[in-house]
Amino acid sequence: MKARSLPRPGTLLVYALLIGFMLFYLLPIYLMFITGLKSFAEVNLRTMWNLPAGIQFDNFAAALERLLPNLINSLTLTIPAAIISSILGSLNGYVLSKWKFRGANLIFTLVLFGMFIPYQSVLIPLVQFMQRLGLYGGIPGLILVHVIYGIPITTLIFRNYYASVPGEVMAAARIDGADFLGIYRYIMIPLSLPGFVVVIIWQFTNIWNEFLFAVVLTNPANWPITVALNNLAGSQIVEWNVQMAGALLAAIPTLIVYVLLGRYFIRGLMAGALKG
Amino acid sequence: MNTRQEKLLAFAFITPSIIAIGIFVYGFIGWSLRVSLSSWRGLLPDYTWAGLSNFIGLFQDRRFLIDIQNTLIFTIFFLAASLVIGLLLAILIDRIKWAGNLFRGVFLFPMAVSFIVTGVAWRWLMNPATGSRISGLNLLFDNLGLDFLINNWHTTAPPWGIAFVVIPAVWQMSGFTMALYLSGIQSIPAELRESAKMDGANEFQVFRYIILPLLNPVTLSAVIILGHISLKIFDLIVAMSGKDLRLDVPSIYMWTTTFDGNNFARGAAIGILMLLGVALLVVPYLIYTNRTEIDV
Repeated sequence: MKARSLPRPGTLLVYALLIGFMLFYLLPIYLMFITGLKSFAEVNLRTMWNLPAGIQFDNFAAALERLLPNLINSLTLTIPAAIISSILGSLNGYVLSKWKFRGANLIFTLVLFGMFIPYQSVLIPLVQFMQRLGLYGGIPGLILVHVIYGIPITTLIFRNYYASVPGEVMAAARIDGADFLGIYRYIMIPLSLPGFVVVIIWQFTNIWNEFLFAVVLTNPANWPITVALNNLAGSQIVEWNVQMAGALLAAIPTLIVYVLLGRYFIRGLMAGALKG
Repeated sequence: MNTRQEKLLAFAFITPSIIAIGIFVYGFIGWSLRVSLSSWRGLLPDYTWAGLSNFIGLFQDRRFLIDIQNTLIFTIFFLAASLVIGLLLAILIDRIKWAGNLFRGVFLFPMAVSFIVTGVAWRWLMNPATGSRISGLNLLFDNLGLDFLINNWHTTAPPWGIAFVVIPAVWQMSGFTMALYLSGIQSIPAELRESAKMDGANEFQVFRYIILPLLNPVTLSAVIILGHISLKIFDLIVAMSGKDLRLDVPSIYMWTTTFDGNNFARGAAIGILMLLGVALLVVPYLIYTNRTEIDV
């Protein structure tokens, strides 16, 4: 028998494979980082894989100069939209899990379908409608749109969350005299704080990364970061190194959230997979 | 015992959402359908009845037929690669003792990034230039002596160029299938595997006859989720190639014909066809989950 401390060849192979895949997943991020940190003088397609000679912020500064207003637009869009979404989702989830009325399951399924539709099938009426409401072109209109099309997923996550609260808890609260609002206020909301974190993170990430609604519903002054970045990338004048730095800038806020609160992000991800 | 007042309150809680979904999803789909049956080709709405002519026109339109072909190629490769790689990664992570969370975290992080960011990064990685302008992965292959891997990537001649867009799409989404499969594998009781081994099954047999069948529901979920993303794919292709006709898909055609070409009727028809495609995939699944759901 071989010494126990040595890993089996099979185990080594497993790690080797995993490390190989890890390199593939890290490759684009690595390239964005090293390109971003090079000086303008160093930037050259032929040496794009070489490490930077020193740490410079030329590219980030150039990208930030163009994209800062759009990063601010994205923040003013994303934060309120994520918070309002979570409140609506929580109200819906509470009713659809604990106060089921006749047809509640049908309504839930009909709402859920809204999560899957290609938005191209509602885009023309949406633009017309927003123009009539006077909300076309600006950020408030885009917030409204994200909140409404976020209802299915936020309702789903909260409904599953509240469904896991045992019926005995509800019954006990009833005996203590709590009514519909009392149970929501003193039992459901405190119990679902992690649910709020999951939903807010999920909506923050999705809305930050969204492109179609943004490009169709906002005018250039109100473009969020995704639209501005795509525009930058399509430009013939802007160098590839600045594009890469811009891509990293656009990715950093959601990556920070992922690194710090990844556990909650993954829970949102799994919730979106329905019965997974 | 729920009082009448409480029932009303409960209904009042969800009424705003129901109205919003009613208008923005179902109302707008109906409105789109009406536009798709009209002759609206210009900045001003024109609801003159045109019957199915916009739909018939699309199926005689070479561009739209290529779009369908591109979508099918993309979907098949994307689903196959995401499922296989996701399952492989899940099996590998399930087998190790250390650093499982690290690997899982790395494989999943692209999910937190926008398709636009992914597209911008990968259009440089998959830069097809050769000779003195060689760069990206082609340059890397050249440096590593792997010249036979150098290729034109997504600029490969149709119809296979679109298949290369699957690489960044898989980069972004395979972590998701990995996470789904991993939670599926880890929810299988250890006793089940142990008893199969005691009965003389080898590792492969345990996987083939015990684990794999139990993962069928996971595969179904993954196919639904990835499939509907794939049928709608838009931002990734826009970020990689702009409006390059060789990589055209229905979502891009809809966008350009509506908002650049002012052909609202045709744009609406494409939107409705996309909806039908997604509904074919999703509606049976939603009905099935609704039925099998034991009052949760």
